Amino acid sequence: METFKKLKDYFWPYKRFFLLSLLFLFLLTVITVIYPIILQQTIDSVVFKNRYELIPYISGVFLFLMIIKGFATFYHQYLGDLFGITAVYKLRDGLYHKLQKLSFSYYDNAKTGDIMSRLTADVEGFRFFLSFGFAELLRIILLITISLGVMFYFSVPLALVTMAAMPFLTIVVFQFDKRVHPAFRKIRKSFGKLNTRVQENISGMHTVKSLSREDFEIDRFSHSNNDYKQNYLNTSFIWSKYFPLMEFIGNFCAVALLAYGGFLVINDKLSLGALVAFFSLVWYIVGPLMNLGFVINQFSQAKASAERLLEILEAKENIVETKQAINQPIQGHVTFKNVTLTYATDNDPALKDISFNVTPGKSIGLIGSTGAGKTSITQLITRFYEPDTGEVLIDQIPVSGFQLKTLRQAIGFVLQEPFLFSATIRENIAYGDPNASEEQIIDAAKRSQAHDFIMNMPNRYNTMLGERGMGLSGGQKQRIAIARAICINPKILVLDDATSAVDMETEFKIQQALREVMKGRTSFIIAHRISSLKHADEILVLEGGRVIERGTHEFLINNKGAYQRIYEIQYQDKDEIMKRPHA
Amino acid sequence: MSKEQQTKEKHNHLQRFYYTQDQVIEKPFNWQQMRRLLIYLKPYSKNYLPAAMLAMLISTLIRLIVPILIGKVAIDIVISNKNITMLTYLVLGIIVLYLINYLANVFRIKWVNMLGQNVIYDIRQHLFSHVQRLSHRFFDSRSAGSILVRIMNDINSLQELFTNGIINLLMDIVTLIGIIVILFVLSPKLALAIMIILPLMFYLTTKLRRKIRRSWQQVRIQQSRMNSHLNEALQGMRITQSFSQELENAEYFHGVNSDNFESWREATRKSAMFRPFVEMSNALGTIILISYGAHLILLGPENGGIGIGTFVSFAFFIGMFWDPISRLGQMYNQMLMAMAASERIFEFLDERPNVKEKENAYAFTDIEGQVEFDKVSFSYDEKRVALQEISLTIEAGETVALVGHTGSGKSTIANLISRFYDPVKGSVKMDGHDLRNVRLDSLRQKISIVLQDTFIFSGTIMENIRFGRPNATDDEVRQAAKFVGADDFINRMANGYETEVEERGNILSAGERQLLSFARALLADPRIIILDEATASIDTETEIKIQSALAKLLKKRTAIIIAHRLSTIRKADKIFVLENGRIIESGNHEELVQKQGKYYGLIKSQFQMLDVI
Repeated sequence: METFKKLKDYFWPYKRFFLLSLLFLFLLTVITVIYPIILQQTIDSVVFKNRYELIPYISGVFLFLMIIKGFATFYHQYLGDLFGITAVYKLRDGLYHKLQKLSFSYYDNAKTGDIMSRLTADVEGFRFFLSFGFAELLRIILLITISLGVMFYFSVPLALVTMAAMPFLTIVVFQFDKRVHPAFRKIRKSFGKLNTRVQENISGMHTVKSLSREDFEIDRFSHSNNDYKQNYLNTSFIWSKYFPLMEFIGNFCAVALLAYGGFLVINDKLSLGALVAFFSLVWYIVGPLMNLGFVINQFSQAKASAERLLEILEAKENIVETKQAINQPIQGHVTFKNVTLTYATDNDPALKDISFNVTPGKSIGLIGSTGAGKTSITQLITRFYEPDTGEVLIDQIPVSGFQLKTLRQAIGFVLQEPFLFSATIRENIAYGDPNASEEQIIDAAKRSQAHDFIMNMPNRYNTMLGERGMGLSGGQKQRIAIARAICINPKILVLDDATSAVDMETEFKIQQALREVMKGRTSFIIAHRISSLKHADEILVLEGGRVIERGTHEFLINNKGAYQRIYEIQYQDKDEIMKRPHA
Repeated sequence: MSKEQQTKEKHNHLQRFYYTQDQVIEKPFNWQQMRRLLIYLKPYSKNYLPAAMLAMLISTLIRLIVPILIGKVAIDIVISNKNITMLTYLVLGIIVLYLINYLANVFRIKWVNMLGQNVIYDIRQHLFSHVQRLSHRFFDSRSAGSILVRIMNDINSLQELFTNGIINLLMDIVTLIGIIVILFVLSPKLALAIMIILPLMFYLTTKLRRKIRRSWQQVRIQQSRMNSHLNEALQGMRITQSFSQELENAEYFHGVNSDNFESWREATRKSAMFRPFVEMSNALGTIILISYGAHLILLGPENGGIGIGTFVSFAFFIGMFWDPISRLGQMYNQMLMAMAASERIFEFLDERPNVKEKENAYAFTDIEGQVEFDKVSFSYDEKRVALQEISLTIEAGETVALVGHTGSGKSTIANLISRFYDPVKGSVKMDGHDLRNVRLDSLRQKISIVLQDTFIFSGTIMENIRFGRPNATDDEVRQAAKFVGADDFINRMANGYETEVEERGNILSAGERQLLSFARALLADPRIIILDEATASIDTETEIKIQSALAKLLKKRTAIIIAHRLSTIRKADKIFVLENGRIIESGNHEELVQKQGKYYGLIKSQFQMLDVI
């Protein structure tokens, strides 16, 4: 209950839907139980007493009640559903807002698939419980209580005989639920495995075909396929074991009713009409009882779902804007003072004692092998993470002193793998500034060498990208990503390995574009290729989170260090090629 | 502000992202397609299918008989005659019937599921195996996701049809006809009166249900749009935060979420009307029963009326009408969905591989690895020519580099050597054998391809390397890894060769992945190795480490290298420079540099960036 209490804000404001729905539920349950009583009256008062004139009244009352029941049924269901969908509507908005605010360190440890399943399956589980589960539990209790009441009113001994088998039914129901749910979980799990198997196979089809491993793959697939089938069958065997048994117990109650009830009627201790009414009432008890296990299980599942949702809603926001945060235009003076950064407590520091100072408009090159800490530096500037010790300053103010929007709008990011959204090229370029004018967008595209190929596409700037859109080459995507960064006219530009995935010629073009773009902006260039960062005002060579060498290109190529080594490999043939006289 | 802009403003919150709308999920009934689906039942037509049907018939009959026994027999004959002995016999008889019913149900559920799950297994196995055999052209034009959906979701939507669907269809028809027959036998007059509600019920199931179904489809469409966005938003979260677009996205989501809420509310409203209408039609039946039935009872059986027992039986049977009718309506829905799913499944099954193996294809046994292109032309689609009359020879054991811009045809040559495609004109030969005459698996066993992006299958490192040759022993796998220098980093991992890895996992760096793929290729022990941009995404330091592994891998094999980096190209025995699908230059590095042609220009541009400054 504690869990649900924490989520109260999302559903309690709509309690009126729920309470009204309950009111209608009560009404409709009462009317349901009236049906067998009408049957009994028809038989006992009309038929046996030959009072046919009562029929119109009985029919009239019945019709009236049924109409009320119709309305009650409608409103009970509709309001109950409305309660659930309104609550999850608010909940989804809340979750989305929260997810937007969670910092990079949260996403480092979270898997998209896992968050997605919380946003879909768990939200749905929670809704189902609000809309249906809780009310259903009440309905079962109500229906059973009222039906039992009527039965005992008609005949106490008969009610006792009829109900004798109920405890057994309850036991079977709970046994069944205990066994069937783990079995269902196994089905889902094996389905997930089968899904992964197929997904991998298709994504890796090139590899499969190259190694002609089709038969091997079919074999592996049939293994998973069979596993799924077996799990499904096991569940249906549980079903076949318990479900007919429940039905049999219910039927047995009816037979007991017939035997003892018939005996009572023969001995004139019970009216025939009451006996007939009993036959309906029995199923009002047996039916809900068979469902009880399901509903209770629903409750525990909804609780688990709610807990998983709370985990998101209560996740710590590591990066919080302070109240005093300022909104002052950024010039682009970046300073690191003895910065150390650790991503997770047990890990080795990703950055150790990093210091540098870049005045506005200057550029810094970062080079080093994977994991050396290049990207970490840039992510501290945007305050995606916060340093353990040391200071990250922009214009001599700690980055945490700026409003997040002010800070990040001043920094243009281009990543190695450009992520573009399912929107038009225009909207992708204007992603950071949805109000950008047509001129700004085209200008950004021109400066990133993207304008020409965009104009060659059938729909030009309206070309759709993403799942529904055109396939672009890696170089084209990268140029759009660069245009997107330029479009916000940032004071600071971060190029994180932006050109490593494109071919030489494209890189050449992009490099030229970038050099133009970098003018007047503080730039951070992360690259593996010397050519990309050679012109930086200062180059930091990183290894294991430390700066092992720093200086200008001219200095570093003769410093007999790592930089020189890399340079020599990449340019070993340069002299030979360049010295050749032009033909 | 122009009018167009105004409308755009108005729907701004929904114009930020665009996602594929779900396709219609149902299709009209198509008998031919249904027949094709039913073929999958054939293997079980002598065991599960008839057994399940028999069990179903038995339990249906018992369900129909008992109300007569309780109503007509018990009340009219036994109780009115106050015969306790008969009552005892009757009760015992019903218990026996219920026991039989119990057993029949146990086996029905078992057999029905055996039938359905086996059929689903078969269809899925069939489709998957079929897709495995399809050629690259098939995969070129489809996203992995769309193929996945057919193998998983579309087949799953047939599940209900094949398990309960078919048997229930029969059961419901038997039940309905049974009830009607029994009612007419018991009392034709009353039966006729009650039958009035049947058309009403049918009308409700079809008309109202259709409306409800449509509105739920709307919900599903909205929901899939919402989920597409959520998925994308999560993946692009870093970009969103970099550009501080959190609020703008939240606004978009709010719009999608509201649309979803509205369509859901509408669907709920319609659905909630269903039960009241059904109950009203049931109530109508009951009123007819009460008024007309009571009248008939008063007439007495001797005057063409009925006994109380008959009246009670009727009351039971009216309650039993609804279930089969409702299920038949559902069955119809299911059928329409199955039509859409099976159409999509059959579409894949009707695809034929473009690259076909000849009937009399023979297997390569030992080959040297000499490759020859004889006036080969090729195009991926009609508009774009990929290769134009290419002729080249690669001697066995040679290392050859292919150089040129993106789209010049380098990868196409590699694809044709592995026979992922067949040339449109000309022929590709290996040791003088036209590839079209050779068994595909024997050809591809002789070739290994290392791509820029190595695909890692989820499983252990051991399994991933062994993918190159499934029957390799653990020792052989280790040797291969050691040989290419992957041994070191593997041993450093927590579980060594048994470490679990996966495609999206970040356990392995790009360089490590590449070393794994080298080990994989080595284990396959091919005659020919193709490196397609194999080292492009690796940083220089790592590349140095890989160089020696690469040299070992290429030794004594025919090697075809596609690369941009000069360091990889220059050692090749022969270099082919491609442009627009033609070879415009060939020779070794020295010769080509000497010539100062296209090749020279290409590699020079690599250094030019230094001079531009």
